[in-house]
Amino acid sequence: MRIRVGHLYPDYLNIYADRGNIAVFSARARARGDELDVRAIGMGDAVPVGEIDLFYVGGGQDREQALVAHDLAAKSEPLREAIEEGSAFLAVCGGYQLLGRFYRDVAGAELPGIGLLPLHTIAGERRMIGDVLLECTWAGETLAGFENHAGRTILDDGAEPLGRVLSGFGNDGHSGFEGCRYKRAYGTYLHGPLLPRNPWFADRLLEDALAHAGVEERFEPLPDELEHEAHTVSAARARSRGGKF
Amino acid sequence: MRPPLPLAVEAAVVRAAGSLSRLAGRGGGTTLPGKLLWKLDPAAIDALAARLPQGSVAVSATNGKTTTAAMVAEVLRPRVRVAHNDSGANLVSGVASALLHAGEAELGLFEIDEGALPEVTRRIRPKALLLGNLFRDQLDRYGELELVAGRWRAAVAALPHAQLVVNGDDPQVGALARPGGRVFGLDDPRVARPALQHAADSKYCLRCGTPYEYAAAYVGHLGDYRCPKCGHARPPLDVTARDIDLRALDGASFTLAAPEGEARIELRLPGLYNVYNALGAASLALTLGIGLDDVRDGLGRFSAAFGRFERIAIDDRRVLMLLIKNPAGANEAIRTLVEGAAPRVAVIALNDAIADGRDVSWIWDVDFEPLLAGLDRLVATGSRAAELALRFAYGGLERDRIEVVPSLDAAFDRGLELTPAGGELTVLPTYTAMLALRRTLASRGHVTNYWERAA
Repeated sequence: MRIRVGHLYPDYLNIYADRGNIAVFSARARARGDELDVRAIGMGDAVPVGEIDLFYVGGGQDREQALVAHDLAAKSEPLREAIEEGSAFLAVCGGYQLLGRFYRDVAGAELPGIGLLPLHTIAGERRMIGDVLLECTWAGETLAGFENHAGRTILDDGAEPLGRVLSGFGNDGHSGFEGCRYKRAYGTYLHGPLLPRNPWFADRLLEDALAHAGVEERFEPLPDELEHEAHTVSAARARSRGGKF
Repeated sequence: MRPPLPLAVEAAVVRAAGSLSRLAGRGGGTTLPGKLLWKLDPAAIDALAARLPQGSVAVSATNGKTTTAAMVAEVLRPRVRVAHNDSGANLVSGVASALLHAGEAELGLFEIDEGALPEVTRRIRPKALLLGNLFRDQLDRYGELELVAGRWRAAVAALPHAQLVVNGDDPQVGALARPGGRVFGLDDPRVARPALQHAADSKYCLRCGTPYEYAAAYVGHLGDYRCPKCGHARPPLDVTARDIDLRALDGASFTLAAPEGEARIELRLPGLYNVYNALGAASLALTLGIGLDDVRDGLGRFSAAFGRFERIAIDDRRVLMLLIKNPAGANEAIRTLVEGAAPRVAVIALNDAIADGRDVSWIWDVDFEPLLAGLDRLVATGSRAAELALRFAYGGLERDRIEVVPSLDAAFDRGLELTPAGGELTVLPTYTAMLALRRTLASRGHVTNYWERAA
């Protein structure tokens, strides 16, 4: 199968090694006999609804994020439509914030979001920086990563988080939750990058993408010794030095 | 309130603390006296700096500040006695320690951490400031690039009389140029890269946000840029490097063109990034009134700053050690390596202590791929060895060519074992891994400890 990936703003939102996540998608799809067809969706480009199985958007520095926010707002209708009709979506850090309704900076100025995830983000004075470990009961797995964000993300009542924080700050440093998921869309602050040390999550997103393409498949696991070792070390880091207020 | 100690007594007391620390075997003791002084009496740092008869100069950059400052020191050596924090201790405490050991020094030469620039320059009030480049580096520690750039703008604004020597090829740094100072940059499109690298940082116009167009991109986002929309462009250059000749690992040469005249500079250090370092050092030295001949000779004598680029003979094998610490720096190290003979065996060490950056995601922004074709065996080591192994595995290196050996010493020995007699082992460590490996090598009698050399 060809899995069609739409990478949003790769030139602007690439601060935390986002190409690592794409490389993981690509290699793990290939190992199952599938092929990744990655296209960039940049400034002014149209979103081809129905033709993308998996969207990806990474994080940027504040300056780059502000540069794309208004362009992204103009794409909000087709992106929402794509999620409703079953495309998978992974948004990391700055990209995660922009999927909410708005991002308000320390001075009170608001960047528009696209309202795809039921949340909003308000910048705080202290950045939340450190290793993180999440428990994702919905999947029976854990996620290990690194977070670095000034924004406090507040989920709407009833919104589903990505996971419960075992160590680290999470969405806002207080709620005990991290990230958000809605249908096949997932937003998170975890980078590192996220997927190399959390291969189950990469596989889940690829399965979601295949489902959108009309193929229901559960992958056989791969021999992931390096991945599991990296996960173990990262999880241990979070337990010993994950951030908290 | 305790009566204030005379400065000389205070200085003697904290210096003694450093000697004790060294005697006790607790590392170099290079920053302990400075830390004490900073805690006891921070204003003493200002007073010590003010005693230097020729004042101070400061060097900062994300990449190359240690090497550049060491180059300046070598150029000045025959003419001026300098107090120099040459072991890379570049926060307030490191500068304070160097001041405590200034002795008969005439001029302070301080390498300063890019994040600490305002805090340090506020105290030492440098008469000249060399600003080299700003790249993404340790986001967990420094925050975003824009934050550091803002600190630099504040530091410079608070020193209205300092002469600024800035790299015009970096948009953020070039924008700091002001009258009375100098702007340096490369002028040789033959050595430019075909395209901006993945990790390029300041690629959007400072004024209007439009992507810059590059007539030449040299290292990361450094180059000859121009905004196609508003016209913001690289400032006019006062000092340039022309006719650059890169001889892979064996060195580099270029023609230094300045208002004072031209000189052919022969460097024993390799790589375009060292041409930038030498060009910055030359610009600062010329600003201080050093003659072109002294600049040429000093740069020609210079070998390498502590731990940045070293060749060590171990019995019948050689070890080439290149520090890697952020995407732009690592990319240049790799480019230089591959221009020589791409290594067949490499030991790459990834630690995640505070000084390395706790966030190891930067390795995914490094273009390691040029190494893959020639690599028979990678020994991945350090506290995040598995993460590094994954970087190479997903980059396309077959997993059976990768060995994960978290212990640095064991990995180093394994690398030597894999290196044929007469061959060379390439070692690419992050900062704390470099320190640890040097300690091991020193304990085996191969290199000297830096504090012994500096003493």
